[in-house]
Amino acid sequence: MTDEQVVSATAQSAARTDTFPRLLRVVSLGVGPLVAALVLGGLVLLLMGFNPLSYYAYVVQRAIFSPSGLEATLTRMGPLLLIAASLIVAFRAGIWNLGGDGQYLLAAVFVAAIVPLMLGILPVWTNLLLGLFIGAAVGAIWGLLPAILKAWQGLNEIITTLMMSFLGVSLANVLVKLAFLDPATTTPQTRTLPVEARLPRLFDTSVSSGLIIGLVAVIAVHLIMTRTSFGMRLRLVGANPRAAIHAGLSVPTLTIAVFAISAALAGLSGAVDILGTHGNVRADWNPAYSLTVVPLVFLARLNGFGSIAYVFLFSALTIGGESAARRIGVPSFFSLVIVAILLITLGLAEYLDKRHQERARR
Amino acid sequence: MQALDQAPAALAATPSGAPVVALRGVTKRFPGVVANDDVTIEIRSGEVHVLLGENGAGKSTLVGMLSGLQQPDEGRIEIDGKVCVVASPKQALAMGMGTVFQHSMLVPSLTVTDNFALGGPWWKRPDRAGIAAGIRDTARRLGLRVDPQALVSSLSLGERQQVEILRALMRGSRCLILDEATAMLTPHEAVALGELMRRLVAQGIAVIFITHKLNEAIAYGDRISVLRLGRKVGEIDPDALRGASESENIERIIALMFGTSEKGESVRRVQVSRRLGDVVLTVEGLCCDAGRVPVRDISFSVRSGEILGIAGIDGNGQKELAEVLAGQLPRGSGSILLMGSEMGGASVGERRNRGLRYVTDDRLGEGTVGTFPVATNFLLKDIGADPFWRGGIERPQEIRLQAERHVRDFDIRTPGTQTPVGKLSGGNIQKVLLARELTGAAEAVIFAKPTYGLDVNNIRTTRKRIREAADSGKAVVLISTDLDELLELADRIAVMDRGRLRGIVGNDDDARDAIGRLMSAGDDE
Ligand SMILES: Nc1ncnc2c1ncn2[C@@H]1O[C@H](COP(=O)(O)OP(=O)(O)OP(=O)(O)O)[C@@H](O)[C@H]1O
Ligand SMILES: [Mg+2]
Repeated sequence: MTDEQVVSATAQSAARTDTFPRLLRVVSLGVGPLVAALVLGGLVLLLMGFNPLSYYAYVVQRAIFSPSGLEATLTRMGPLLLIAASLIVAFRAGIWNLGGDGQYLLAAVFVAAIVPLMLGILPVWTNLLLGLFIGAAVGAIWGLLPAILKAWQGLNEIITTLMMSFLGVSLANVLVKLAFLDPATTTPQTRTLPVEARLPRLFDTSVSSGLIIGLVAVIAVHLIMTRTSFGMRLRLVGANPRAAIHAGLSVPTLTIAVFAISAALAGLSGAVDILGTHGNVRADWNPAYSLTVVPLVFLARLNGFGSIAYVFLFSALTIGGESAARRIGVPSFFSLVIVAILLITLGLAEYLDKRHQERARR
Repeated sequence: MQALDQAPAALAATPSGAPVVALRGVTKRFPGVVANDDVTIEIRSGEVHVLLGENGAGKSTLVGMLSGLQQPDEGRIEIDGKVCVVASPKQALAMGMGTVFQHSMLVPSLTVTDNFALGGPWWKRPDRAGIAAGIRDTARRLGLRVDPQALVSSLSLGERQQVEILRALMRGSRCLILDEATAMLTPHEAVALGELMRRLVAQGIAVIFITHKLNEAIAYGDRISVLRLGRKVGEIDPDALRGASESENIERIIALMFGTSEKGESVRRVQVSRRLGDVVLTVEGLCCDAGRVPVRDISFSVRSGEILGIAGIDGNGQKELAEVLAGQLPRGSGSILLMGSEMGGASVGERRNRGLRYVTDDRLGEGTVGTFPVATNFLLKDIGADPFWRGGIERPQEIRLQAERHVRDFDIRTPGTQTPVGKLSGGNIQKVLLARELTGAAEAVIFAKPTYGLDVNNIRTTRKRIREAADSGKAVVLISTDLDELLELADRIAVMDRGRLRGIVGNDDDARDAIGRLMSAGDDE
């Protein structure tokens, strides 16, 4: 008893004296790699013959400091956050749903095909809700096969979801070109949802309310995973499936549930993107959000709030990068290069930190 | 005790040499605990140096610093009298520190030879014939029989351990570290390991041996150091050890380990005075081929208040039997009745709800989640249950209170209830598991090796709790490889061999002989 008290007392005092350096560490671990990634990215730009400073200044100016740019950045966050939520659920439960792109795109295509058709029939509000529902349902259905194969046959979901994703992307294309073609235009694309029938804008900005849906989804997923019994079950399955079986959980049922939620969120992302921003799907269009968000949620360590920050950063990089591509000529996928470098610098920072801690202990 | 009976009477006393390795004033802190506090220990060549101490005393941490897994915060490590930094396991090996960890580090799907080749430079084709010859040679020198071509997966635990020792020695180890090496061995294998240790020290190697079995410590050790709460509280040198009788030694060690002079061994038989109630668990003609060892035609019944022991050498289907009963393995045929109603088709969770509990012996593999906090691990089998969750929402306060209660009642040494369970010492992880399983209501409980890895004191309290479980009317199935444990606790003892029950005997005065007969009867087949 007394030993325990001593132990917990030392633990507390240790925690107190540690707080400040720990804060410093967290900040340097979070910001240091980011700065390093931007510097290294700048070197790449230099090699490509561009002025990194003017590129970055331009990106920041266009994506964050210009009102229309900031609005575009925030609007794009909506679908990205939903993808992040989809991935967090799956990864925390130890399931690698890498099929988000197929789930997203198929959902987008069905939403784009069906919602404009019902415009006159239903009021705008029900129409939008129905659209969101269709997106989630289509996504979930596309996740069903890998879910079943994983739950009852133990088939590796990395392979099945990736394959279903390729199939889904191709099928979406075929549907756009053959079945859901807008007869009124010559370019192969679906009918376009008129601007007044899309998701409402926030206040008097051009930011789509998809942002709110995305924020709510990420935060809800975060809270469910950390604070509820359902989330705890999923984390148990993810951390140690044998312990989950031993504890009497039905691992197959939970696996199906995780797939359903994750794929439905990916599908919802497609619906939000169509209903909020694009209004239609052109043939051969595939933003491949899901695979680009994977590194972001890992950078945020599957934390919902961290993901919001990273998604904002990435969204700004892509929005700014797209304008820069038009103005300066730096290819728009340069934002992916930054993410890749960021992954490496973050890994390095972690390694150095561990080494440093070990050294400090000696 | 078993081990001692069979231990060779006169173990050669070897002259002690100069210290090969020495830890001087070593301190190691973890968040919230001082695992080693100013410890000074010398390991001499030609000596088996036994480290003793209760669960969480700091034994594994101490040898972890010699094998390069941990770095001391203060103090220094001297090898051959020179101050050294053992920065990594690889470096430890290069300096002559070979460690055999409690869990096998061999790759089961490879042959013995290929396992030995793994450490070599990657750009060179391994010289398999040379390695195999080396293995045969060293094995012969040590009096071991190791087939270099054998797949590791086909070896028993004891054989794997011999292979690991061999590997450590072939890499030039002068100091061999064995952490709880005998915990999972059969009594026979444990004796063989003890004899091997003696032969090794006779050849001038130093051995560090961690164990919880005091009789082994006295039988095979030359020098004994005792740790308590991270501090070294005593050392018994070879002369003192040999000068005293076994019971004097045990008494002295117990006094050092726990700071009291409690009587350590409690091998008094429990008089079977419990009133047995109705039959709770009935198993009839149970077969299962799904596990590693097929289980055949098992029939028994256990009454309320009764403890049925299951004896047998590890790996003879005990684990499979327990898993079929718990629902983790599908039943092939036969029936399992709990309180008279069939349960064979029910899921793990349903069986648990109907009052069946299974205390696994695989504490890290399935019993706990190492990265989850201690408090969470107490609740793995009750996720969503009132009062810890209300309407599906976690209530941290309730969870913390229960955790603090368990930590107090079961004397779990942990810095806090939020510490990841994987950071606790082996024995304390076991206590977390027991705290979870021994509280709450149940009809029948299956214990698989409940006391493995526990120190003498914790073994005593755990056995007491098992007895209390039976006294409160539960039907208990106790699987153990430790015959003394069964003789102490069980009302009847069944012997399991190659997936079958060879017979059930009442626990009376000649139970030990009867069990011995049943065990050897199986050999004739
Ligand atoms: N990696 C770690 N991180 C934090 N604490 C640790 C770590 N390893 C050990 N400890 C703590 O150090 C103390 C000593 O643990 P150690 O494993 O050395 O005990 P032990 O004597 O081997 O016990 P046992 O007989 O139960 O195996 C324990 O309180 C344990 O919780
Ligand atoms: Mg230990």
